[in-house]
Amino acid sequence: MGELTSLTLKAAVEGLKSKRFSSLELTQAHVQAIEAARGLNAFVLETPDKALDMAKAADARIASGEAGPLEGAPLGVKDLFCTEGVRTTACSKILGDFKPTYESSVTANLWRDGAVMLGKLNLDEFAMGSSNETSAFGPVSNPWRAEGSNQTLTPGGSSGGSAAAVAADLCLGATGTDTGGSIRQPAAFTGTVGIKPTYGRCSRWGIVAFASSLDQAGPIAKTVEDAAILLKSMSGHDPKDSTSLPVDVPDFPSFVGMSVKGLRIGVPKEYSAPGMPAEIQALWDQGVEWLKEAGCEIVPVSLPHTKYALPTYYIVAPAEASSNLARYDGMRYGLRAEGKTLTEVYENTRAQGFGEEVQRRILIGAYVLSAGYYDAYYLKAQKVRRRIADDFAQAFETVDALLTPATPSSAFALGAKDTMDPVTMYLNDVFTVTANLAGLPAMALPAGLDSQGLPLGLQLIGRPLEEGTLFSVAGALEKAADFKAKPRVWWRG
Amino acid sequence: MAIDAATVRKAARLARLSVPDERLEPLARELTGIISWIEQLGEVDVEGVEPMTSAVKVKLPMREDVVTEGGDPAKVLANAPLTRDNFFVVPKVVE
Repeated sequence: MGELTSLTLKAAVEGLKSKRFSSLELTQAHVQAIEAARGLNAFVLETPDKALDMAKAADARIASGEAGPLEGAPLGVKDLFCTEGVRTTACSKILGDFKPTYESSVTANLWRDGAVMLGKLNLDEFAMGSSNETSAFGPVSNPWRAEGSNQTLTPGGSSGGSAAAVAADLCLGATGTDTGGSIRQPAAFTGTVGIKPTYGRCSRWGIVAFASSLDQAGPIAKTVEDAAILLKSMSGHDPKDSTSLPVDVPDFPSFVGMSVKGLRIGVPKEYSAPGMPAEIQALWDQGVEWLKEAGCEIVPVSLPHTKYALPTYYIVAPAEASSNLARYDGMRYGLRAEGKTLTEVYENTRAQGFGEEVQRRILIGAYVLSAGYYDAYYLKAQKVRRRIADDFAQAFETVDALLTPATPSSAFALGAKDTMDPVTMYLNDVFTVTANLAGLPAMALPAGLDSQGLPLGLQLIGRPLEEGTLFSVAGALEKAADFKAKPRVWWRG
Repeated sequence: MAIDAATVRKAARLARLSVPDERLEPLARELTGIISWIEQLGEVDVEGVEPMTSAVKVKLPMREDVVTEGGDPAKVLANAPLTRDNFFVVPKVVE
């Protein structure tokens, strides 16, 4: 059944519709692949029984001609999405065995369209991290290893389980969330495609909140077209999220393969960070060449406030997180620790339940929001954030999309985090965080391998609600890059 | 700005996180590193700039002020650490 797991989502859905194989066969192949890949630690909960039941129901709908756009396609779900009756932990001890009594809107949309759930995927605790190492379930291993090396690398984070599972052919696609780069950085580290849509495109209802003004859901997929198919299902207005945009969802897959002739692509000079590895610069230059050959006009642009994006993010995100995570008080769900007074119960519950990085960010958030500092930090950051968004608005007066590298390096070793100070770790998100602050759609796609044989990604950033343009440009880049490399299988146990 | 152990203790208290005494100094050093890095925002001229509160301009929607869901205490209590007779049981709040 090996060949069934190597299909793209699009090919699998077509194969199911033409009855070349059943969803039960396709799902069983993935269930077996997941069992054999436990060494990657991509899944924190496997739900094979549910998957097989959903597959049988999908087969029945295909037989009766009622197939939805994702009918019978097995997917993975980042364990930040609430799934009814299925344990949801945000990979934190504080949620314990939390079993939601409701389904997140995004996953509900996927099941409405016929998708099959294989299980819940590992992530950094509360999506706070860039290496998947802050997870209470331990890190995920990147399926990719450097040539001739047995060293285990990070798949990136926070959607590390999602990216690793897609890269290792354990699912046809997966949901992710992106607050500062958590879809795009892991996609770049694993040779997969990831898109964070415009803020408000996907409902946040039922997704465990990290930083509400930045969080967006999106897919991680094997191809640009697969990402478009998944995003179309995941998107849509939801009255249950007041920031969900009341706009129609375009037919994203129809944009893939469209001509990009005459599109103006901006290359922001500020993304050429000092000390940027030559390989990253070369990849970026290559991307520019590919788009020129496809008929795009390349326009140098300036986004002068880029260097302030990360410090802004590290005020806004922890401030919102400290407020969002106040709900974990041990009273209504999750862990409750002992204490002599009510305050002690709160303090002990939160100290025992939250990991180190989450506590660090809650403390930063509490500090920057505290009396006397609010104006100096939080208010100032929200003003700088507007400057960053204005830079983009100005650039988009002359260009249709921006091309940048996705990450400043290829995947690094697990454990490297322990020798880095927090700020160095945060610098991983230098190219991705700007799109979150400005609420813009942004996408990472694989464009080549570095000298160690590890995938490198390019990023496209678009105007608000113009994901379609990104899919067209990404389609052109994908065709030119012809990225076919797969990781060598070492994880089957 | 240097953050001292007393400031960490105060932030921890606000955040309802119990931090052992021996962690206060190391945390103070880490937070000082992060906050000093953040302070480069001081260079940015934000005179007359309105703070950004949402990424995409939309009017906050209003809905009918009616009950849409409810009446299911079993669902509400399903994940509670401790319950009795359809109530959450919590530590004593008033002495």
